[in-house]
Amino acid sequence: MPTPNVINGIPLWWYLLVASGLFAIGLYGVLARKNAIAMLMGVELMLNSVNLNLLAFWRYLNPTSAAGMAFAAFVFVVAAAEAAVGLALIISVYRTLHSIDPEKLDQLKL
Amino acid sequence: MMINSTDVVAVLPFISVALGSVGLLIADLLIPAERRHVTAWLAAALLLTAAVIALSLLGSPTFEAFGGMVISDPTAFFLDTLICTIGLVTILLTLRYNQVRGILRGEFYILLALSISGMTLVTHANNLLILLLGIELLSIPLYVLCGIARPRLESEESALKYFLTGAFASGFLVYGIALTYGASGTLSLQTAPAAPNVSGDPLLLIGIGLILVGLGFKVAAVPFHLWAPDTYEGAPTTVTAFMATATKVAGFAALLRVLHGGLPGMESTWQPLVAIIAAATMIVGNLAALAQQNLKRMLAYSSIAHAGYALVGVAAHDTTSVVFYLTGYAFTTLAAFAVITAIGSSEGEEMQFLEAYSGLGRQKPLLGAVLAIAMFSLIGIPPTVGFIGKYFVFQAAVAKGLVWLAVLGVLTSAMAAYYYLRVVMVAFIREGSAAAPLPTPSAPRNLAAAISVAAVFVLGVVPALLLSMIGNGMLSTTP
Repeated sequence: MPTPNVINGIPLWWYLLVASGLFAIGLYGVLARKNAIAMLMGVELMLNSVNLNLLAFWRYLNPTSAAGMAFAAFVFVVAAAEAAVGLALIISVYRTLHSIDPEKLDQLKL
Repeated sequence: MMINSTDVVAVLPFISVALGSVGLLIADLLIPAERRHVTAWLAAALLLTAAVIALSLLGSPTFEAFGGMVISDPTAFFLDTLICTIGLVTILLTLRYNQVRGILRGEFYILLALSISGMTLVTHANNLLILLLGIELLSIPLYVLCGIARPRLESEESALKYFLTGAFASGFLVYGIALTYGASGTLSLQTAPAAPNVSGDPLLLIGIGLILVGLGFKVAAVPFHLWAPDTYEGAPTTVTAFMATATKVAGFAALLRVLHGGLPGMESTWQPLVAIIAAATMIVGNLAALAQQNLKRMLAYSSIAHAGYALVGVAAHDTTSVVFYLTGYAFTTLAAFAVITAIGSSEGEEMQFLEAYSGLGRQKPLLGAVLAIAMFSLIGIPPTVGFIGKYFVFQAAVAKGLVWLAVLGVLTSAMAAYYYLRVVMVAFIREGSAAAPLPTPSAPRNLAAAISVAAVFVLGVVPALLLSMIGNGMLSTTP
């Protein structure tokens, strides 16, 4: 199967570069922020960078099979389910602690 | 594509648990609040049915279904049986525990069944998409289960920490899957890296590395284990028991599917990496457990250490030894947690610290004996299953030339004897404190403890029984 390296003048690796940049920003967000919602946003950014990767790979390498596109749709679903459960947990913690800083949760330390 | 009956049979345990738990969700609405135990018994019946179905399918030959999305082999059906049995034992432990702790929520059992449906999907995954779906389906209900003792702050803390690390790990897992897809052009585990020109592709190597990171979080392997002690300590004890056993089994099932089932010819690439992770996990898990005074936290580190021993079998590319090890470990750990839930549910507050167990062996000889048997099996003393399990994985490592890993495993096991024996010593030799509360009697819990202890001895004495059931199906694609 012929796999074009450049579509509309844009090579595949540009997409991969943007996606890895997004992934790194998300990673930084999860590790550096002290707010559970900001950490959740970091995770969502990581998942979105994966979608960018998946769609780029699908379009450039294997556009005849729907696998890559379908996978991206499933990643949406997973991200939405995680966000729903995560926000519910964060609200529940906020009601008890009046804070959403995970570092303030320190009941469980030896 | 038409769905035929063989397709359905391939994932029958998954379908029955998934549909059953949705039915349970509706049934729970009709059950009055003061009769919540009906939901529990319905969930137990559901899991028993699924376990029997999976057990009856053990003899069927290996085949792919749903256009190659899932695979059915004896190992997968055996793992289904194991996971459903663990779920059943967890429900037996939970009945009285939830009553005493005031967790009167029928959702507990539904979430447990949903999580098990995800696990029974992971065991059959033949495609990276199914693997991801199964892992998410098992994780998301578990996040909620950890926090189900709301408004207890320690339970909420455990849930939030588990959720944040779990979601983080999913990010790595899907990124790794995306890169693997980019390198091979397919999501199927059977054909993906088998394409001849891609096995040295850096994209594929990074992809597999990231998948390993994601799954490493799920099985709590060092250095991805930091969430485990806090989550295990804060979650309700029966949820901890479930996480330490069933989730670990499912996480390893995913690892086996990707490494043993899906990457033929790439063993030399992943073996050194897995061996190093296994060594680090055994050392760190055991060292950290030495210092623990809290029994629940100690078992958390112990579960990390045992993930290391199972990883030795993964590195040695011996599926059967890994599955056997996990089976033995699961029943042993369930026996230990049965004692903790018995002591823990005697009051509103749990007795997690080791001092609470002093004199247990004299006041309650049977409970003390269960605790001692569990500790002996965790050390690996014959005739318990812990000994045979360790023997199999170390033997597999030696056969593959990983002698240093086997030696390290034996050394760390000797070190582990210190903290496990300390528990036995406290329970049997130290004088009991007058304040030590007596556990409330519970027939289901006794049944759960009896099942676990029987499994520890039966599998320890006649391991051939289990080996014939596990089979070698997962290795079907490798020479």
